[in-house]
Amino acid sequence: MLSFSEQLPIVFNSLNVGFLQTLKLFLVTLAGSIPLGLIISFGSMSRFKPISAFSKTLVWVVRGTPLMIQLLIVYYFPGLVLHNPIWGGDESGRFFAAAVAFILNYACYFSEIYRGGIQGVPLGQQEAGQVLGLSKTQIFFKITLLQMIKRIVPPMSNEIITLVKDTSLARIIALQEIIWAGQSFMKGSQGISGQIWPLFFTGVYYLVFSGILTVLFNKVEKKLDYFKT
Amino acid sequence: MALLEVKNICKSFGKTEVLKGIDFSIEKGEALSIIGSSGSGKTTLLRCLNFLETSDSGTITVDGEILFDGAENIKLSDDKIRKNRLNFGLVFQNFNLFPQYTVLKNLTLAPTLLKKGDSATIEAKAKEIIKKVGLEDKVDFYPCQLSGGQQQRVAIARALMLSPKILCFDEPTSALDPELTGEVLRVIRELKDENTTMIIVTHEMNFAKNVSDKVIFMADGVIEEMGPPEQIFDNPQSKRLQEFLYSSLNK
Ligand SMILES: Nc1ncnc2c1ncn2[C@@H]1O[C@H](COP(=O)(O)OP(=O)(O)O)[C@@H](O)[C@H]1O
Ligand SMILES: [Mg+2]
Repeated sequence: MLSFSEQLPIVFNSLNVGFLQTLKLFLVTLAGSIPLGLIISFGSMSRFKPISAFSKTLVWVVRGTPLMIQLLIVYYFPGLVLHNPIWGGDESGRFFAAAVAFILNYACYFSEIYRGGIQGVPLGQQEAGQVLGLSKTQIFFKITLLQMIKRIVPPMSNEIITLVKDTSLARIIALQEIIWAGQSFMKGSQGISGQIWPLFFTGVYYLVFSGILTVLFNKVEKKLDYFKT
Repeated sequence: MALLEVKNICKSFGKTEVLKGIDFSIEKGEALSIIGSSGSGKTTLLRCLNFLETSDSGTITVDGEILFDGAENIKLSDDKIRKNRLNFGLVFQNFNLFPQYTVLKNLTLAPTLLKKGDSATIEAKAKEIIKKVGLEDKVDFYPCQLSGGQQQRVAIARALMLSPKILCFDEPTSALDPELTGEVLRVIRELKDENTTMIIVTHEMNFAKNVSDKVIFMADGVIEEMGPPEQIFDNPQSKRLQEFLYSSLNK
């Protein structure tokens, strides 16, 4: 049995590796879902009925079912039902499947936030741009966009902080993120077993990380405080 | 030849007929006021002229060029609509300044994007125009830091930046506290003295009487009466106009 001080470096090393995977999933999800959400929000605002119906149904299904089930479906459906295991059984395959599920899920949540932000900008702003002879693109990028961003920063920061914690759901398909790493010392790993404190300690990682994000988002909100919509 | 000639403009929203054949014309340098009770179609008329709405029929001709002809029955391209819009300027009831930009940037944004000259020229023009509306000390302020009257003067300055042939106002003082209307009306008065061609939708009867060359009284989507201000205000013919003027006196 290793002494506590001997356990420490082993545990932290493991937790750090797990957290890196958590962080990677977090960043990849953001990078994918922020632009995809915009596409879906344009889709659900489209005047072309099939597109808007498709987008709205997608959003309804994704927001109406647990992310955990979506993860399981994305990971197992191709292999078990289609007999075409596209993800591969290793860690990178699991990461890829998790990323797909997370990106899709968060894109749908973001799309609704975007939609609220776009529709929240008064129509008069667009019309003021129109009577000045500006094109639709110019109006979007030079007039509407920043006002929209100001409106969506608070709900987006809530959602992004939720994502930090949601990454732990990827454990259900055995992605080796930080909770998985913490839990391994209960069952036994690297000569340590029956220890629950590493699992509890993972909470500190989440806390610090979401704390940093909160400070960051507050800064952004402050930065946009110079004008009122 | 008239600078603006409007013939038989009609506009419906679904089953509601809002404009039922509007005809009028204005000469260069003239100020036309449009009065009428709320819901009579004044805003819709200005929006049709500024191509924020497309008329169902009729023609709009500026300087001899037909901008819109309902008889052609074709959908105008986005480019054509943008070109048409530049003949007109529109000052909104609630200003619609761009909140994220300073006063100066509100003025320079459109001319810059439309490549109306190099940035130094555009900025010089903006400073000259902002001085004209008496806000040269506010160029670096944001709209939220200004009073309603000041915001509306900036909105007028912004519209002037593109030198529209016809400047339209939709109740420019209706959203303002009574003590702030004077400063805005003064600016419009000065524009009139410089022979700016204007169409002014207003509830300020005294102002309309003093500033305009011609007055239109609208009721239920038609021009009920049109004439020089002396006639409209001092010798109204139709019963509706008489009633309208009487009720606006007692406000
Ligand atoms: N986009 C629209 N859709 C439906 N009805 C409209 C629309 N815009 C205006 N209207 C109707 O047209 C009528 C005239 O409106 P408006 O032109 O704003 O009158 P005014 O400016 O003289 O008060 C009103 O009855 C109004 O409800
Ligand atoms: Mg109106």
